Amino acid sequence: MIIKGRVWKYGDDINTDVIFPGKYTYTVLEPSEMAKHALEDLDPSFAKEARPGDIIVAGKNFGCGSSREQAATCLKALGIGAVVAKSFARIFYRNAINQGLLVIQCPELFEFVVNGEEIKIDVDKGEIHTLGGKVFRFSPLPEFVRRIIDDGGLIPHLRKRFKER
Amino acid sequence: MGMTFAEKLLSKKADLSHVKPGDVVIVEPDRVLSHDNAAAIIRLFKSIGVEKVWAPEKVVIVLDHAVPAPTDKHANNHKEIREFVAEQGIQYFYDVNSDGGVCHQVFCEEGFALPSHLILGSDSHTCTYGAFGVFATGIGRSEMAGVWALGQIWLRVPESIKIEVVGEFPKGVYAKDLILRIIGDLGADGADYKSVEFTGGAIRNMSISERMTLCNMVIEMGAKNGFIEPDAKTISYLQSIAKGRFEIIKPDEDASYEKVLTYELSELEPLVAKPHNVDNVSPVKDVAGLKIDQALIGTCTNGRLDDLEIAASILGGKKIAKGVRLIVIPASWRVYREALRRGIVETLVEAGAVIAPPGCGPCMGNHLGILAPGEVCISTANRNFKGRMGNPDSEIYLASPATVAASALKGVITDPREVL
Repeated sequence: MIIKGRVWKYGDDINTDVIFPGKYTYTVLEPSEMAKHALEDLDPSFAKEARPGDIIVAGKNFGCGSSREQAATCLKALGIGAVVAKSFARIFYRNAINQGLLVIQCPELFEFVVNGEEIKIDVDKGEIHTLGGKVFRFSPLPEFVRRIIDDGGLIPHLRKRFKER
Repeated sequence: MGMTFAEKLLSKKADLSHVKPGDVVIVEPDRVLSHDNAAAIIRLFKSIGVEKVWAPEKVVIVLDHAVPAPTDKHANNHKEIREFVAEQGIQYFYDVNSDGGVCHQVFCEEGFALPSHLILGSDSHTCTYGAFGVFATGIGRSEMAGVWALGQIWLRVPESIKIEVVGEFPKGVYAKDLILRIIGDLGADGADYKSVEFTGGAIRNMSISERMTLCNMVIEMGAKNGFIEPDAKTISYLQSIAKGRFEIIKPDEDASYEKVLTYELSELEPLVAKPHNVDNVSPVKDVAGLKIDQALIGTCTNGRLDDLEIAASILGGKKIAKGVRLIVIPASWRVYREALRRGIVETLVEAGAVIAPPGCGPCMGNHLGILAPGEVCISTANRNFKGRMGNPDSEIYLASPATVAASALKGVITDPREVL
């Protein structure tokens, strides 16, 4: 799988409240509606201007805070190709996998990309290519995690499993 | 080599003689908790194509995030949950009535948080139950739907950090100040994926409520779970209420920790977490005098009887400052009733407080005290992220109930030692 998209670069400790505000948790129910509020309290231009395939590049501890899965759902519904961060908060990391949103830990990339630059991720080879020709490697996801993402998230994955029973 | 609490518990649950950090185990939880987000979980669960939850007696649902329902959408959420609970025969359901409250408080008061148990909750503050020697951690909605269907989850065995706490609290300093100090030192990602064990004489001296405050906030430094070894206080708390059997699982003395830290309580002072991150910690004196618009005492972090009692002791016979709104939300109806009996509610109301029904209230911006643009709130909650209380142009300071009460009294952020 190859993902190509523009970089949206953010800093450290981007929390779930700024990714998807708590006040919407019980009133905004459809993923397509959630997408309209993605990163609302961090960067109001993001949800309006992000295009399918775009890539978020962030600092450490991306997704810290609440267990709200909509923080991953809204990014996935917006068509975000991947989130590449120095590190992730654990509940967000699991939620992203369960939503079929590709999350890549690659601490080295951050310093070498600028906002708006187009980068390419080769998921199978575990490589990220920048516009300037630099290549960064990341550890491939464990096989069982990759299967969940390839099935489009945990729910479609389980649906398949139960059908096969 | 011995095992830490997390290693020992997960190896036992996975039926393995030994596990090490980084191993992935498949385990069945002893109980699972959900709140208002059960409605979303129900929709996901139904879409998997399974008829019945794997073990209805292991599912606990407590409505708390927006109670009583503030909008038709919230009301519909609650209705869906009631119908599902009846259909599935889920007996441990806490509806909007005077048995309920904040899910984590109710879960503990009802005797579900039992030593040696593995508990998953679709809420990040599920880690609170570590105060009872539980391995408890938060998960998302899809994952909970999967657990309801399968009765299983994969977990990575975490590295562990040991935090030894010694000494005695000086006047005006509380468990909240201690955990803010630790988060400030370690940072918002300082315990990412890790298990945090609290130990030492000062922890033994702490009440169950104070231990819950500590474990509640370990997620604010990224931890997977918190742990305090059960003792006579734990057993006595659980004696008449425990819903199930339990044993005591302790870490081995020769267990290996990634880090061991020591805190001396006598060196602490009252602290605040400043906007907009929980690890942005300063002494209260550095921000003293800053005008506040609202003060909140409540939530799963600090809405228990001892918290309300401290506030009442500061506000008794006095009036809060003009122009300040003090909102008090007991963490559960059990806490509320006891506070009524002891006259604490009357004291707070006479001082000018508004008492809201037990629940999460404005903590994550749902209702009962949303902030206006430019407003400042000092709160006993656990998060001060931008927009958390419903408005991205407001500011939230986190502090102990004593600091919040003292600040409400003066109308500006105030060191509680000035009024105690």
